[in-house]
Amino acid sequence: MPESHIASFGRFRRSHEFWLLIVILGLCASLGFANAQFLTMQNLFDLLTSYAFVGILALGLLVVLIAGGIDISFTATASVAQYITLSIANAYGANWIGVFAIAIGIGGALGALNAIFIQKFRIPSIIVSVATLNIFYGLLIFFTGGKYIYSLPDWFAAGIFWFEFEWGKDSSYGVNLQILALALAFLVTWLLLNRTNIGRQIYALGGNADAAQRLGFHIFGLNILVYCYMGVMAGIASLIQAQLAQSVAPTVLVGKELDVVAAVVIGGASLMGGTGTVLGTFLGLTLLAVLQNGIILLGISSYWSPFFVGLVILISVSATAWSQRERRTRGARR
Amino acid sequence: MSNAPTLSLGRRMVGLAGSGTVATLLLLLLALWAVFAITIGDRFFSVNTLQSMAFQMPELGILSLAMMLALLSGGLNLSIIATANLSGLTIAFLLTRYIPGSQGLAWVGIQVLAITAGFAVAALVGLLNGFVIAYLGVSPILATLGTMTLCKGLAIGLSHGNVISGFPEPIVFIGNGTVFGVPFALIVLAFCALPVALMLNMTPFGAKVYMIGSNEKATRYSGVNTRAVLLKLYVFSSLLAGVAAVVMLARFNSANAAYGESYLLVTILAAVLGGIDPFGGFGKVGGLLLALIILQVISSAFNLLNLSQFLTLAIWGGILIAVAAVPRFAGKVQR
Repeated sequence: MPESHIASFGRFRRSHEFWLLIVILGLCASLGFANAQFLTMQNLFDLLTSYAFVGILALGLLVVLIAGGIDISFTATASVAQYITLSIANAYGANWIGVFAIAIGIGGALGALNAIFIQKFRIPSIIVSVATLNIFYGLLIFFTGGKYIYSLPDWFAAGIFWFEFEWGKDSSYGVNLQILALALAFLVTWLLLNRTNIGRQIYALGGNADAAQRLGFHIFGLNILVYCYMGVMAGIASLIQAQLAQSVAPTVLVGKELDVVAAVVIGGASLMGGTGTVLGTFLGLTLLAVLQNGIILLGISSYWSPFFVGLVILISVSATAWSQRERRTRGARR
Repeated sequence: MSNAPTLSLGRRMVGLAGSGTVATLLLLLLALWAVFAITIGDRFFSVNTLQSMAFQMPELGILSLAMMLALLSGGLNLSIIATANLSGLTIAFLLTRYIPGSQGLAWVGIQVLAITAGFAVAALVGLLNGFVIAYLGVSPILATLGTMTLCKGLAIGLSHGNVISGFPEPIVFIGNGTVFGVPFALIVLAFCALPVALMLNMTPFGAKVYMIGSNEKATRYSGVNTRAVLLKLYVFSSLLAGVAAVVMLARFNSANAAYGESYLLVTILAAVLGGIDPFGGFGKVGGLLLALIILQVISSAFNLLNLSQFLTLAIWGGILIAVAAVPRFAGKVQR
């Protein structure tokens, strides 16, 4: 093995992601041992489908956190995008490209509004997003009366099902809309953060905003990009959620924002900005999904599911903070 | 920015009040009163309206105080609602289990014990928060996100999501009774706000909290045991959530694992509107109380105007942004 590979593996072994991976593998092994249902294709596809909504939002939030901001208005953004897009599709007709274009447009516009409040009015992002969450959500329910939409266009309700293949006796699997969107979101976010100049600028902005500004980065432009990205992700996530639920329910998404925050921060993104990886977010999401799924498969009453999730969050963040401090004190002694 | 003679009226008022936010909030409150006096008329100032406002404010008020304490130290406490529900369920369980059939001294004793047990649960959650934040060094938002889920999980697991209801007279009085026309719950809020204000402004502990909020490292290097201060602070924050639990279960005459969840972000909204710096170090109880009154005035007025409560939410959000943007447009350099 070349020298550089050994070094980078050594770095990986000390990273937050490595420990997450160990925990997840251990959990998966014991769950697979305890319940034959767990390690099946069926379960894997079900998990990917049902966690696609949280996953796509988590990727948007990851970018915002890396840039040193925070956004919790995305559930309201998603509700607004979902409601308007599918109302338009119902009233005037549309196709897949059309609905995604509208949802992305609405999400991006609301994200840009956040960025303008943050940058031009100089209000901290936590305040802005608490406020806009209430504004977007309040206005949506005020104008729609909170009414559900149960009839969706036929082609939308049918969804898509690609690359069908047989596995086992009588089960067939394929890539559905949720899995496709989740995979694309991971790919695009990874490319943005790791393979583009803008990605490096986002890390720099979150690491030290003043330094980034003095280097001549366009701070306002970067912020617009970051919050629009979050909004676009919210728009996309809202459509695949409506497709899965087969209805538009304007009141069910708001209130789930902390689930998404949990996935991203378990994955190691810091609220101070500048740190966080797509791999970490993937692992954080996986840990939550496997845990919640495992509790159901083990036959533990679903009433206890949040308790175990809370326990894992608490243990995982405590362990991370503890190991970081150990390393710091060792470094100081040296 | 040094053109002193052309100071606007607003800025001069700011100078007089000593604090930008309090002056802004007072002006806002007066403006709202004027607008609603015109649009609604006498009905807005009737005893009934005032009393219903006074009944609705305390829950959110006490919870906002709990949030404020954490915010002042540069932290956040996302677990306040879950803590309140867990200790509310504890109290409700003990009351419904042991009150029927008891009388006399035992009847009184069980109620006192039940509330004490609720406070003990709240204090335990606070200790856990404080330990994880101060001694393990976890960021407050993560730690309290964890305890929030944990407490909610415990509450749901133990209660199976059921509502526990039916409490004795004195408990119900806390949420629904009045003393000389003043709702008892409002008196409870006052008895929470006053000690908190005194503690923050008059005691060394309060000064240390503000210092930690401004610069935790510098405070630690100047010889303050920041860990002990933070631990205590999160216990106080949790205990306030415990008080809110009593008011909440008394008002609804029931307890549940999911009551008041929509309050969580509203407490942050109220605190920040009241001039509490979300990054810590600045903010007064007086500002928070003013913000609570403003939120309540809007909510009650919209109710009288038959406007949707969701429009109220949107207006609350708009006002938060407007007030937060004032320093920028008043030409004041923010921090």
